[in-house]
Amino acid sequence: MEDAEVLFGIYCPPHPQPLLSPDANHGYSKLRAAFETCRERIEQSDADLLIVYSTTWPSIIGHQIQAHPEPEWVHVDDDFHYLGSMPYKFKMDVDFAECLVDSAKSRGLHSRTIAYDGFPIDTGSVVALKLLNPDNRIPACIVSSNMYANRSETIVLGKSIRDALSKQKKKAVVVVVSSLSNRMFTEHIDPTEDRIHSPKDDEWNRKILEFFADGRLEDLSQLSREIHGQIRVQKVVAYKPAWWMAATMGQHNNYDGEVLAYEALHGSGGAVVTLTPSTGSVGDKEFDEDDVEYYHGDRDVLTKGML
Amino acid sequence: MPKGEIVLGCLAPHPPHVVYAENPEQNEPVSEGGWETLRWGYNRLARKLKSIDYDALVIFTPHWQTYIGTHFLGLPEFKSKSVDPVFPNIFRYNYDIKVDVDLAEKMREKASEHGIITKMMRNQDFRVDYGTITSCHMLNPDWDKPIVTISSNRNAHYYSAEVMNEQAAALGRACAEAIEESGKKVVMISSHSLSHRHFVTESPLPEDMSKEHIYNHSQYVWDMKLVDLMREGKMRELIDILPEFTEQTIAETEAGGLTWMMAAMGFPDYSAEIYGYQSVIGTGNLVAAWDPNSVTREIVL
Ligand SMILES: [Fe+2]
Repeated sequence: MEDAEVLFGIYCPPHPQPLLSPDANHGYSKLRAAFETCRERIEQSDADLLIVYSTTWPSIIGHQIQAHPEPEWVHVDDDFHYLGSMPYKFKMDVDFAECLVDSAKSRGLHSRTIAYDGFPIDTGSVVALKLLNPDNRIPACIVSSNMYANRSETIVLGKSIRDALSKQKKKAVVVVVSSLSNRMFTEHIDPTEDRIHSPKDDEWNRKILEFFADGRLEDLSQLSREIHGQIRVQKVVAYKPAWWMAATMGQHNNYDGEVLAYEALHGSGGAVVTLTPSTGSVGDKEFDEDDVEYYHGDRDVLTKGML
Repeated sequence: MPKGEIVLGCLAPHPPHVVYAENPEQNEPVSEGGWETLRWGYNRLARKLKSIDYDALVIFTPHWQTYIGTHFLGLPEFKSKSVDPVFPNIFRYNYDIKVDVDLAEKMREKASEHGIITKMMRNQDFRVDYGTITSCHMLNPDWDKPIVTISSNRNAHYYSAEVMNEQAAALGRACAEAIEESGKKVVMISSHSLSHRHFVTESPLPEDMSKEHIYNHSQYVWDMKLVDLMREGKMRELIDILPEFTEQTIAETEAGGLTWMMAAMGFPDYSAEIYGYQSVIGTGNLVAAWDPNSVTREIVL
């Protein structure tokens, strides 16, 4: 099988401010401008589809793939409802979604397509698709983030996306929608006074962005557990975006990275970054955690050793 | 004006499966039933509610998750369709909900006085969460009473289950004060499962009861520990061990609903009415109620 073709990857934040209130703070408008730059680059590319992995779409039953041909609704965020509504109408690549479900299943994952009128597409996916692909020039595919999935399952999901791209001979731009540090202020703030929640979060975010700028995607993937412990609020079992992004784009450090913006979003770390496959590796790390090709499901550790 | 009061507190789990199994006209998918132990318990509690005089249902929901304070629905009517993001195959429910905005505002005001960060939700496009809809549908399928929905602030994520317990209790006390001053009779609803580990696969027929069981035995033992304490009327003790229960069983009590309701009701020292316990896709679900009126309080199961 031919190798998958990912033209480039985008890492961007899920919060609605760049879409709904870009002028409320200088940082929000810089993030908005960075989204615009990415939009232009997508337009200039010959991508066949956008593949979105959003941390704000949690699933429980395996991996859900959006497959409604034209999902349409008016979305409102749970926290930031006062910033306004987000009407959307997107175009999905249904063929690709179905192919991806098959690919995921053949690697041992439980997966299904989702195609229901009124299905609530999450804030992160809505923000990303409205800003990156406003005219639905190319179709998209949105995949959920299973709340119980950890490293193996997430990496296998990424690989199954590569399988589907190869099978369909499609060129993709991949989009990861996730904060860096994700601790927000627990109070309502004046947006002009927004800043990263703590110096520690800020320092870690900048460290991550150095890796991104150096194109060290696999190194970030390997550092995911550390990142989770240091700067992620413990909502889910792990920080998974870098695992997914590396497995989907290719697990190495051969990328040209560009940090287009890094700003605070109600205290969390919002960055817009691009990674483009290149040649010439950088990095000084090697790791002993085995790569994984197939997901074997739960290991039933809980039921072993019970009376 | 006479003082308002809490006339009943209900623990009302919201797996959408129970609505799906009931086949109400509002829900698009059609089922062959399922989860009867839970549904029949719910049906009985709904009959009891019909015999009680009350003005509004106040519900605390884990599926309106807010990180910046506690939010309250703040418009008189919401009419739309709720599609469950996790189980869209079984829950696509057309709703038309009336909100008691006065009571919601009173609660927000009291909570704010107690130092809790609050916000009224006044965006008409906002979709009411499926936890609210499921619990309210099962308790009052006629939808003939207004509701107040309170979001769950994710203290357990940001701090710890202990902090969640303290903050949810403070919110409960504030809501109780607001109810008293409002002069209204209110039914409180804490909407959640107990143990909350799901199976990550689903059988082709979701209502195939031959496939339904608790995720593992330790979840069951913990759930039964809580049921025992409820029967014994030891709600203070139960809330004290809730952080450990929540951690051990990744329980949906993490959102704070039970603590909120028990604090509002003054940590009842009388027996809870137990209506039914059953697993749904591996999670432990209990329908129970606390009746402050000793004359109408029953031993149900
Ligand atoms: Fe729930």
